[in-house]
Amino acid sequence: MHRVLTVGTFLLLMLAGAGSVGAAEDVQTFSSDDKRQRFHELVAELRCPKCQNQTLADSNSPIAQDLRGEIYRMLEDGKTDSEIVDFLVDRYGEFVMYRPPVKNTTLILWLTPLLLVVIGIGILWRVYRRQSMDAQPVNTRPDGALATAGSSEALSAKEQAQLQTLLGESEQSGSDDEKNSGGVER
Amino acid sequence: MVFVVLAIFLLNGLERDPNAMPSALIDRPVPVFSLPVLGDETRSVTEALFQGEPALLNVWATWCVACRIEHPFLNKLADQGIRIIGLNYKDDNDAAKKWLMDKGDPYALSVIDARGRMGLDLGVFGAPETYVVDRTGTIRYKHIGVVDERVWRDKLLPVWQEIQ
Repeated sequence: MHRVLTVGTFLLLMLAGAGSVGAAEDVQTFSSDDKRQRFHELVAELRCPKCQNQTLADSNSPIAQDLRGEIYRMLEDGKTDSEIVDFLVDRYGEFVMYRPPVKNTTLILWLTPLLLVVIGIGILWRVYRRQSMDAQPVNTRPDGALATAGSSEALSAKEQAQLQTLLGESEQSGSDDEKNSGGVER
Repeated sequence: MVFVVLAIFLLNGLERDPNAMPSALIDRPVPVFSLPVLGDETRSVTEALFQGEPALLNVWATWCVACRIEHPFLNKLADQGIRIIGLNYKDDNDAAKKWLMDKGDPYALSVIDARGRMGLDLGVFGAPETYVVDRTGTIRYKHIGVVDERVWRDKLLPVWQEIQ
């Protein structure tokens, strides 16, 4: 019961937090619904230069407020979306765009996910192939080879000899031990 | 193998300043402006201020805590004859004047940017920020944060010597 209450409180607090994030909004009256719509799209797509993990819409920092005000003014002045984005990129760099343009310096950003997906599919395919191979009975493998388990575990003549020496050694030391202990007894 | 590559990549990331970002205005002229001068508000100056002589452009404000730390070093630079233009960013005039009276005035003059318009054109997103501007009025370097002995020696001074 106690735990349920704690978890409940925690969830409530999280919800309250989420609410206050959305609250970073200034009172602005737009001359048209279209402009309001574009404003909300723009501020959700542009990054706050000061608090780099937030969009202009999320952030309450003074600079984000200024930039929202500037975007509002430019919208009301009849500027297009791309003019507004260019204005900000001119001053704060491409960094302010959450959706970077495809060019040489950002190619790695765009291609890496694709590459990872390709690699992932490759790994999946190999795992799948190996599994379907293992699932088949050993002596009906498609390449016609007989059970290889025995042969790979069989020792070569040289290994046999090594094994014998090792065994011989341990037998000998074992018998030494026996003698010693016997000596004590005596 | 994958681990080594990742480890190198991540270690490299540790040493970087996450706030460092390329300034869009490097090698571009100081933006056009016409703003009043702190302490002589009837007089207004323009970007022509930066023509003919190299200068540091320092963005400051009395509400900026780090500026308090930076101020003594700016005084020192001014004593060495470095020309510093202040941009009093979104500040209260009286508070700004009192600040300079109390702590000394390292600025050749301070431009009042009460609404942050000039700051916006400069790509300022906080204070302090310091720009190195050459004699043609072109921005050559931008430092975000406090300028101290080390920053000056390692980052600004080399650029400053280059533009003399």
